[in-house]
Amino acid sequence: MDPLQWAIDPWEKTVPIHIAWFLIWVAVIAGLLFIIVHAIYARYFAKPKQFGPDAAPVVPAQIPEHVPRHSLTARAFHWIMAVAMFTLLFTAFLPKLGLQFDWVTYHWIAGAVLTLSIMFHIIHASFFMDFWSIWPDRIDLRDARRRTLRFMGKPAPPPERFAKYPLENKLYHAAIIAAGLSAIVTGVFMMFRVRTIFFPRNPYLFSDMTWGMMYVLHGLAGVGLIALIMMHVYFGLRPEKRAITKSMIFGWMDRDFYLKEHDPARWPVETSAVETSAPPARSQGARTEGLTDAG
Amino acid sequence: MAVIRDVMPAFELAQPNSISDAQKLLEQQGEDGWVLAGGMDSFDWLKDRIKKPKVVVDLSGIAELKGVRATPDGIEIGAMTTLTEVVLHPVIREKYKLLAESAELVASPQIRNQGTIGGNVSQDARCWYYRAGWPCYRAGGNICYADTPEGRNREHAILHADRCVAVNPSDTAPALIALDAKFVIRTSKGERVVDAEDYFLGPDIDITRLHILRPGDLLTAIRIPSTWAGAQFYFEKVRDRNVWDFPLVNVASAMVVSSGSIERIRIAVNGAAARPLRLKGVEDAVRGKPPNATTGEMAGKLAVQGAVPLQFNAYKIPLMRNLVKRAIGGVEEATWTPYNGQ
Repeated sequence: MDPLQWAIDPWEKTVPIHIAWFLIWVAVIAGLLFIIVHAIYARYFAKPKQFGPDAAPVVPAQIPEHVPRHSLTARAFHWIMAVAMFTLLFTAFLPKLGLQFDWVTYHWIAGAVLTLSIMFHIIHASFFMDFWSIWPDRIDLRDARRRTLRFMGKPAPPPERFAKYPLENKLYHAAIIAAGLSAIVTGVFMMFRVRTIFFPRNPYLFSDMTWGMMYVLHGLAGVGLIALIMMHVYFGLRPEKRAITKSMIFGWMDRDFYLKEHDPARWPVETSAVETSAPPARSQGARTEGLTDAG
Repeated sequence: MAVIRDVMPAFELAQPNSISDAQKLLEQQGEDGWVLAGGMDSFDWLKDRIKKPKVVVDLSGIAELKGVRATPDGIEIGAMTTLTEVVLHPVIREKYKLLAESAELVASPQIRNQGTIGGNVSQDARCWYYRAGWPCYRAGGNICYADTPEGRNREHAILHADRCVAVNPSDTAPALIALDAKFVIRTSKGERVVDAEDYFLGPDIDITRLHILRPGDLLTAIRIPSTWAGAQFYFEKVRDRNVWDFPLVNVASAMVVSSGSIERIRIAVNGAAARPLRLKGVEDAVRGKPPNATTGEMAGKLAVQGAVPLQFNAYKIPLMRNLVKRAIGGVEEATWTPYNGQ
């Protein structure tokens, strides 16, 4: 069961040409297994989340009922990216599973939309949002250790409430960056092999080996995205994550959820009385710079 | 790479004597099975050792697949009927001469004696990069060696290319489309009948096959309705030499003229794309018009709209345009129009 498909090129060299298509099913099964195991764990074994006490008490009435989380621009990017991503996955893999249609044109158009939206997102997140809010910080890592120790029954202080994004979100975002950028960069080069409106075809831009590796990387990123997207949709539908999903539609989350899961010191929001609501500075990693989001 | 070695790779030979047995065998073997009709395409693949099936299912012993039969609405030609039989059959010559003419222009007499009509419409692409066993798109790879600045693509597609630029090489396919033939396919789920034009696939839909047959499927017969029996037919094939050659482009049309105007018409070309193209736009445009040079001129221009030449096959655009023009307006009315880049 070779995960890659190989061929002999005209110069008698053995080169990879793409992934073996059974990896589609590997990704689907991996995604399903993760979902099943997590659902069983969450239903029967998971304990209620426990957080340490807030360093600074917050007066709930000073927090707006609707805590702004995602700007309209960020939400628009997310849903455009989602449509493009689903189009890419369906057009890439349904033909391999036997559903035949003219997929190439739709695929590269969706790829172009995704590429443009990601470029926009990088600029938007870098210069107009709190860029660092989506990257793990020291508190995340410390709390991850604490949560792991507590999960294993060892003594450890409870973790703090989350900043704007829980560590899981941040790690997922990093995985999506790795898979997405791999697919996009290789996909842009692969567009040199088909007729598009962007640039003239040049199938000899790289050697057969380089092209082969590019197709392999594109395929691996693609099947990886199948599993990642399955997980993303699963978590988006889970009841305890509904407030987060809702915020990606309406832009805000409920005050109760915000206070329950998030630390106003790590993710401050505008309050009705500035003089009393400003959280005190924290000793570790406290930031108050960003009121917007990183998608 | 592609060297005829004479000694084929070892395979099991199955010789069923009924359609159902053949279909079951093919279904059992799936991708490992190979349908052997007249062998004119198969033996190239096998001797080149490019295709290495585990089981070859030889259809030559199935009587049901042979011969031409009358049906309540036309005729049915068994898929294993040889091209020579098609050419010589009196009913085909009388009522469906278009098919007889197209079959008579296939390859050489020896090949027509052995080659079958089912094989002729189901044969694989003749692109030499593909036939040489190079890992091109059609072979499951990720490149088209013909569609490059240096690629030898004089015989390749000018229309509907999508990564692969190989063309369908069949002569009888456009004639069957023009005659509104139906292809009868036996699958594991039973019998399926499709219009001739729907039997063929372009690379946009499936880059590895020229037709809709999947492993386990078997083309059993071709039915030609009487709708176009005795119509005004036109078939012309242009090739590099006058015998034993594939078409550069061919055209087939069936036309019914009433009171000096085209009442009904079906027209198809092959050699221009990966599947034979029925020119519906042309049919719609010329219906109701007189079948003369003016109409032919207009039809020819319409036919090649959207054509994109490769490095070495721009000549196919005026060639196809003039063939369509001659099919509509008649040879005597048509004049050769040089390619002007349009």
